[in-house]
Amino acid sequence: MGLLDRLDDPYEGGGIILGKVEDLLNWGRSKSDWYLHFGLACCAIEFMAMNASHFDFMRFGTIPRTSPRQADFIMVTGTVTFKMADRIKILYEQMAEPKYVISVGSCSNCGGPYWEHGYHVLKGVDRIIPVDVYIPGCPPRPEAFEEGMMLLQKKISHQAIFNKRKRLESEV
Amino acid sequence: MSDKKRLDLEYSQLESDRMRINVGPQHPSTHGVLRLEVEVEGEIVTEVVPHLGYLHRCFEKHCEKMTYLQVIPYIDRLDYISAMNNEWPYVMALEKLMDIKVPDKVEYIRVIMAELNRIANHQIAVATFGLDAGAFTPFLFFFRDREYIIWILEKMSGARLLYNYFRVGGLAADVYPGFKEDCLNIVKQVRKTNAEVMDLLIYNKIFIQRSANVGVLSPDVAINFACSGPVLRGSGVKFDLRKDDPYSIYDRFDFDIPVGLGEVGVVGDCWNRNMVRVNEMEQSCRIIEQAIAQMPDEGDVKALVPKRIKPPKGEVYMRAENPKGELGFYIVSNGTDKPERIKARGASFVNLSVIPEISKGYMFADLILILGSIDIVLGEVDR
Repeated sequence: MGLLDRLDDPYEGGGIILGKVEDLLNWGRSKSDWYLHFGLACCAIEFMAMNASHFDFMRFGTIPRTSPRQADFIMVTGTVTFKMADRIKILYEQMAEPKYVISVGSCSNCGGPYWEHGYHVLKGVDRIIPVDVYIPGCPPRPEAFEEGMMLLQKKISHQAIFNKRKRLESEV
Repeated sequence: MSDKKRLDLEYSQLESDRMRINVGPQHPSTHGVLRLEVEVEGEIVTEVVPHLGYLHRCFEKHCEKMTYLQVIPYIDRLDYISAMNNEWPYVMALEKLMDIKVPDKVEYIRVIMAELNRIANHQIAVATFGLDAGAFTPFLFFFRDREYIIWILEKMSGARLLYNYFRVGGLAADVYPGFKEDCLNIVKQVRKTNAEVMDLLIYNKIFIQRSANVGVLSPDVAINFACSGPVLRGSGVKFDLRKDDPYSIYDRFDFDIPVGLGEVGVVGDCWNRNMVRVNEMEQSCRIIEQAIAQMPDEGDVKALVPKRIKPPKGEVYMRAENPKGELGFYIVSNGTDKPERIKARGASFVNLSVIPEISKGYMFADLILILGSIDIVLGEVDR
């Protein structure tokens, strides 16, 4: 995030950047997120449009992977039924750390239109896996996908990497 | 030629164990969350068992709890690729029950909306079918055009994918200024892209080798399984509800019903099913052109929309030609403003049932192609 801007600084000019290694790693991590190619329902059609000519999702550095083991984040696009819920949990557990979740659409945020009478629909995917970014809409516009992706990149670029183990131990 | 491709099981004298493979529900080529349990011998498919219910969204339960107007958004979410077409039979069924005669202008707008959405649906179907066979460029071409169609539908209804636009006796909103010019430009663009895709995908030698003579569905099997839509017409059966049981104003237009002719491969294979969809796009363009020429400018699209929908006691069944096939709604009314029961006959569910029949004896890679050529949408299969 803005590493190259520092070259304009007269004090630090001449090709030398002073900064934290953490910033460099986070810059790399946030700009090349690979996602699990996984569509559930209506939102997946908007996600296909997002991947196609007009919106070109790949300019965010995202590449679809069909295996959860190669993915950095998972997009839950659509209604999560009870039957599908444990599948999503298994897929999430197969992903390697660090991993992120984007919940797309009302259905996976909270149950959406099926919230009240849906006897078979999970009321929010955050009941089974932790969600980082919620994208509202039924279905969300492709612009909303872009906004959600940028929010995730922002989140990743501000994360602490070092001393993480120590920090986690202190939290426990 | 067809016998050559269908590999004879007895031919291979090699002793091999049969293996059961699980495809899906997380698989990029299952077009949603379909799970297939496949038994293979070597690489030849011997048995396919589809498992459903991963996207069951309690449609009929919601219909019992909602008023007639509130049901319309749930109908959008059955076949979410062609939502305009979905709403139509439901609205027509209620109009039949309540005895409402829809104004001419409304009928023309409905026809144009439905045909635009049919083009958008077939563009996705052909694009993803190409994607299954490994062709990525047609996918980008079709989605570029689809976006222009979506813009028209969005200007009309306010939504990109799930429109909630049809009302009993009318529509939610009138056309916007410049609607006719936009539609005619779309028709031009669709024809241009289809001509390009003909060279890129349809008559591509690699694509023909992958899809011709694969997944042959004979006409009598298709009829016995109650298939409808392009799956039935790809087998050479000329059946289209727009011609055979004309609803709305389809009897006023001049258009053809494309069927599989066996131009490449044999009638009823994946290539011919796909070709029917490409030809249907052209016929939809013709219908849109005629509808725009005949459409009256005057008229209120909301004049006959009742404030409260309370149909008399009774039951009604209405069907219409969806892009996927025949979509029917059976409505039982008990005289209140909430339906007693609504049953949807989804085309995808019925068409999917033919998969175990036509994929036996082909390669495992062909199974993905056969599934793509049937063009299912899981929202309508599981409901």
